[in-house]
Parts: sequence; structure tokens; C-alpha cells
Amino acid sequence: MTDATHAPNIDNLVETCPNCSQREVLIYPRFERLWHWSQAASIMILMFTGLGMNGFHDLMPFELAVRLHTLVALALLLLWVFATFWLFTTGTYKVFLPRMMGLTRVARFYAYGVFKGEHHPYQKSLTQRLNPLQALAYSMLKTVIFPLVWGSGLLYLTYNFWETLPNAPFWLEVVANVHLAVAWFVAGFVILHIYLLTIGHSFREGVRPMIKGTETVALTPEQEAYLSRHETWRLVK
Amino acid sequence: MYRFTPWLKPAAAATLIGLICSATLWAQDAPQITNSTADHSKFEALQQAFASGPEVTAACLSCHTEAATQVKHSVHWTWEFDNPATAQRLGKRHVLNSFCGSVASNEPRCTSCHVGYGWEDMNKPPPADDAAVDCLVCHDTSGQYTKLDNAAGHAVISGTGTSTGKAKTITGAKAWAVDLTKAAQSVGKPSRQNCGSCHFYGGGGDNVKHGDLSSALNHPSRDVDVHMADDGLNFSCETCHRSDKHVFAGSRYAVHATDPEGAGKPGLPRRDVATCENCHGDTPHDWMTVQGIKLNDHSDRVACQTCHIPEFARGGVATKTRWDWSTAGRMDVYGNPLHLKAYTQGDGKPLHTYLATKGDFEYGEDVVPHYAWFNGQVEYTTADATIDPTRVVEINRIAGSSDDGRSRIWPFKRMEGRQAYDANLNHLAYSNVWGPTTDSAFWTHYDWGKAIEAGMKAAGADYSGEYGFVDTYMYWPITHMVAPAEDALDCQDCHTSNGRLAKVSGIYMPGSQPFSIGGILGILVFIAMVSGVLLHITLRIITRGAKGDGHD
Repeated sequence: MTDATHAPNIDNLVETCPNCSQREVLIYPRFERLWHWSQAASIMILMFTGLGMNGFHDLMPFELAVRLHTLVALALLLLWVFATFWLFTTGTYKVFLPRMMGLTRVARFYAYGVFKGEHHPYQKSLTQRLNPLQALAYSMLKTVIFPLVWGSGLLYLTYNFWETLPNAPFWLEVVANVHLAVAWFVAGFVILHIYLLTIGHSFREGVRPMIKGTETVALTPEQEAYLSRHETWRLVK
Repeated sequence: MYRFTPWLKPAAAATLIGLICSATLWAQDAPQITNSTADHSKFEALQQAFASGPEVTAACLSCHTEAATQVKHSVHWTWEFDNPATAQRLGKRHVLNSFCGSVASNEPRCTSCHVGYGWEDMNKPPPADDAAVDCLVCHDTSGQYTKLDNAAGHAVISGTGTSTGKAKTITGAKAWAVDLTKAAQSVGKPSRQNCGSCHFYGGGGDNVKHGDLSSALNHPSRDVDVHMADDGLNFSCETCHRSDKHVFAGSRYAVHATDPEGAGKPGLPRRDVATCENCHGDTPHDWMTVQGIKLNDHSDRVACQTCHIPEFARGGVATKTRWDWSTAGRMDVYGNPLHLKAYTQGDGKPLHTYLATKGDFEYGEDVVPHYAWFNGQVEYTTADATIDPTRVVEINRIAGSSDDGRSRIWPFKRMEGRQAYDANLNHLAYSNVWGPTTDSAFWTHYDWGKAIEAGMKAAGADYSGEYGFVDTYMYWPITHMVAPAEDALDCQDCHTSNGRLAKVSGIYMPGSQPFSIGGILGILVFIAMVSGVLLHITLRIITRGAKGDGHD
């Protein structure tokens, strides 16, 4: 990792591209959009049913809440299996790799620049559609938060297979508490995720790429040339 | 059965019609087929006028030569149970309870429900004569055999006992003269009414004792008992409580709280247990649904009864929930024993809430059970046990815990009592309550001193001469009055804050603690994140940077 204090200008060098052109490119293939929205719907259902089971509302009988929570969670896990396979076979996983370059600039923007009316310092590129802060957030989500949720969830669900272990009721309580705590964190993430869409041109502008799949990104002349010759279908405008 | 078949050729049809006619005629003359191979009304031994119950029994034994020996090896006869796990000698002959207290010193009243005739002293074993076994109380199907409530098991025979007009049967009904010949000729398998004539009336009245055994089960509707409903499965008691050599499966002293053996091997029906699992197996719910799988996951820790008997004392007959002996003995202004009837049960019958003879009562119907871990072992506070009168004394203690590997959460009726004890020796006290001709019985003389002294003497127990009253609990496992599946408890009856099992320790109840440590931590993190967002919005509005350019 490059340390910004030793190479103060590297952010600018790497993250912006003066001779790039802004082109609208298909950046979220159909599977990724399906994945995103299924996941979004699933998380909503899981949060609604989870809150119900924990007594925060009684809009749904416990039995139905358990049934939905279990089935939706299992379906989401299956989707994650497919998504993980897809991420690694297509190489898309690389966009989620955390990187230090530009991180402080993006963080500074959200903490300070946005109030000054500054422009977002990150320029999306074909291979790096996530800014460094997003990449860090998503990588933490995928490697720490989600595994904690589905790991504790699976342990919770399969209690009957390990209930004969010593102190099983205590460990069940630990599992349940972890599940509940991390679920609240995911709920907070959802709020944050939606809120950040309001920083930018408009909320609709933020949501549109995940619906249509296309987004305006910076293309290097080489990328532009390659796409216009070999992958014309990706170049929308 | 026989119908004309038009496709047959006429000649064949004619032959067939001839055959059918003769067959039909034959069928009309033939006797109706019966389930039993014996019609007892045709037995010469039973075609006589019987003068007493034992005479009937002697006639029964002339064919069923070993029946009395079998009965005499059952708890129905011995009223004695040696608990192998606790080494306690239990059984009605020995234990104390929080109802009428004890059999000792009250014999002819209590042994009115003995499966025999003439056991009048608990210090002696039941009568040795084989003819003292009462066959009819279980096997009469004429419906008119019954026993007197105070004659040590004897029935009302024409002329005896009814002369005063006050005689009552063991069910509390006005006594009638029994036709023993009719009863003897009617014998068959025990019906609910046979078992119920004693078991529904334990504790001195309908459903007083158990809570889940009442006369409502004589002809229950489906919602009162899904197995016994007249218009449904119509089970008899023996359908579950199967017998072997006149010994019945099922015990309150050593209960099968779990039954991992389940339905047993095909072709080898188990006769030794009366568990739900014996028929239903230990994973009875649908394996193809989330709900079914989850419910099957419960069956090793939660007794079937816990969900499937949501309330007991259903069907209009109340059960006694509290009995305070200490207030007994009050007289009205005329010096007559006071009695109050301030409770009307579901079927409209008013019940005593105070009797000078017995004290204060409370009742309950559709009672939500008390729940506790139960491994099947019940330990009794026997008369020689030292009690702590400053606390509620448990007449019987339910053993079990979440981590002993053999307990399940069971429903119980928790009877609250206040009853006599020896105030110096700290022992539960026997008391002589019944005895119209004695000079000690409480129900005759309203004198606790004399009643307890006589009771202790009859039981052969040490007595200091000083008595007091102590609060007691007594636990009765609930296992009858199984409701239809649609009436079983819902998940949220337990999976909620302060649900039904809130007081049961050693479990984690999902959904019961939204504000557990994890929940609170999570909520704090959530609030912090939302606050951050709100702060960010506020700052953007203040600095007018809300339209700040950026991507997302």
C-alpha cells in the first residue's frame, strides 16, 4: 500500500485521468443488478421479519416471520454462493479489494468538502467503479459483517444439531446476540447506503445505474478504442 | 350388499337371484356378529341373583381363574408404589396430599374408590380374599353399577345404604340400588365412564384433583379432547393406557417425561408406556415445511402436552386450584356449619367456595398451566420428612433441568394448599376428617386437635401435640384434554417477552429479549449511524452544500 504522506500527489495521479473521456458504459451486467435488487429485497424482508420475531412489531405472526426469515435467508445464501462464484470467475471481485490510494481524499470530501460544495474527488473508471471508501466499506461488509450475520444465522437455525454441547443454551444466547447486534449494523448500513445516494447529482441519478446498468465513467483512449471495436454493446453513449 | 347385475345372462341371473334370496333369508336369521367371542348374559354362572359385589367376583373367577391374582399385583389394588429412583415408598396407602390429606384414618370414605371390597385399615394390606376384587367397577358396561362413597368399595345393593336417602355414590350422585345380575352379564372392556367414575372424581369431586380429568371427558366434544370426542376418534382410556396382566401403562410417580423410543418397531406395539410418542413418534410434525421442521426440533425439549394442551379444566368443569384447610370450622349465626357457593362453573353448576368441613376453595377453568423442566421423577414430601414451615412446602417435587439430558418442559397443575403440620416436629400432619361415628373426625366435630391426633395415631406417626398450618404446592402433570392441532399454542405464546415459559430457567427463548446485550449494542450502533447521517444532512443544509457534486 502506498502511504499518502510519502507521495502526496499519488492520489491525483491514480484516481483522476485528465485525458479520459466521459462515456456511458454498461457497468452493471444483468446478473449483478438482479443480485443487488434481490439482496435489497431480501434484506428488507429479513429486517422486517427479524424485528417482528424480536417483538418490535406484531404485524406478522411469529410462525410466518420464522418461515419467511428462514426461507429468504436460505435463498439469499444461495444467491451469495452464485454471486461469489460469479465475482471470482469474472474477476469482478477486484473492484471490492480495498485500496489506500485516494481514500483520504474521499473521506475528506464526505467529512468536509461536501459542505463546501466541492466536487466528488473520485472519477469512476471502467475497472474501478467504486471509490476507495466504497471498496473498503463493501469489502468489510462482505468479509466481516455478512459472514457474521449468516454464520450466526446458520448456527441459530441449526441449534438442534449442537444443543447437546455443554452450555448450549448459553452459546445459543451468544449466537442470538451476535446475530441481533450485527443485524442492527446492517440496518444502519442500509440507511447510510441510501443516504449517500443523495450526495451527488440527485437521488435518481444515483439509483439509475443499478436499474439500467449503465453509468458515465472515465474511459482512457485505449479503453474507448477497445470497447468501440470489440464490445460495442457496452458503449451506450 | 346384494344388487341385481343387469349384464348377466337371464338364466344366470335367475340362479343368482335365487341364491341371493336364500342368502338374505339366512342372513336375517343369523345372530349379529359381535366383537367378543363371549356373551356373558349366556353364562350360567352369571344367571343368578347376586347379593353382593364379592359374589359377582366369585362368579367371574370361576372362569377367569387368574384375574384376581393379576389385579392384586397392580397399583389399583395395592395403592403402593416403590419408586426405584428415589427409594421412596409411595402410593395412596402412604402419601399425603393437599386435598383430603391422607387415606389413613379416613379409610371407608377413601377406599370407596379402591378396586376391591372392604379395605378398612391402611395398616393392613387389602383384603386377602380373591372375591374382594371388584371386577365390575372397571368392566360393567350396563352403566348402572357404582360404589357408595363411604362403604370401603361396596356397592349399594337393594335395601342397603339408601334407607336414609342421603347415601351418595363415588361420583357424588344420589345412590341407587344396583342390579348386580344385569351388571355382571354386561361385562366388557372398560369405557371412559368406568375409569372416570373414580379418576374424574379424585379429591372429593368432579375434576377437583387433576384438572385434566373430569366428567367432561365422558362425552367430550372435539375441542375438549381430540382423541376422546364421541363423534371423532372416541378413544377409551385404555387406547393409550394399555394394560398387560391388569397393570396399566402410565404413572404419576415415575413418568415417562421423554420417550425417545417413539412408536417402536413395526409389528411390535409397545404396551408399557402411555406416551404421545408411542403412537405419534418423536418427530410428528411435517418434515417438508419450515414450521414442521422447527416444531420437530422442539420435541426433544418441550413435551407434546406443553403446546397441545394450551389450557386444562376445559369443557365446563372447573378444577380446584386452592384449598385452605386453616379456615375450616366456621359456623353461621345459628351455630350450623357455614357453607358458601360463590363459584359457578362453565356448565352452570354452582360450587362451594367455603365449607365448614373443608375451608376455603378457589377454582379455575381453562387454566394456563404452570411449566417446569421434568425428567419424570417425582419426589414426595412424606410424613417423616422435615419441612420448613416458613416457606411454601412442596408436597411433591418435580425433578428435572435443562442440562440433565432427559428432561422436557412440561405443563402442570400447581395446586395451592394450606394444610396442617406438626408445629414442633415440622412434619406434614395426617388428619382424621371422615368418621360420622368417631369422636375425633373433623367433619363431625370441627376440632383440629382431635382430628390430627387421631390421624397421626392411625398412620403410626409421631405427633408433638401442636399443630399449625403451612402453605403448600402440589404438582399434577397435565397430559389429558389434548386439543385439536388448530388450537395448539402459537409460537408467540412463548416466543415473546414474558411469554408462557418466561419463568422456566436454563433456556434461551428466541424473540423474548429484544433488548438483550446484543440487541442494545446493535441498536446503539444503529442510532449512531443514523445520527451521523442526520448530522451530515444538517451540516449540508446549514452550509448549503447539499447539492454538492459527487457521484454517490
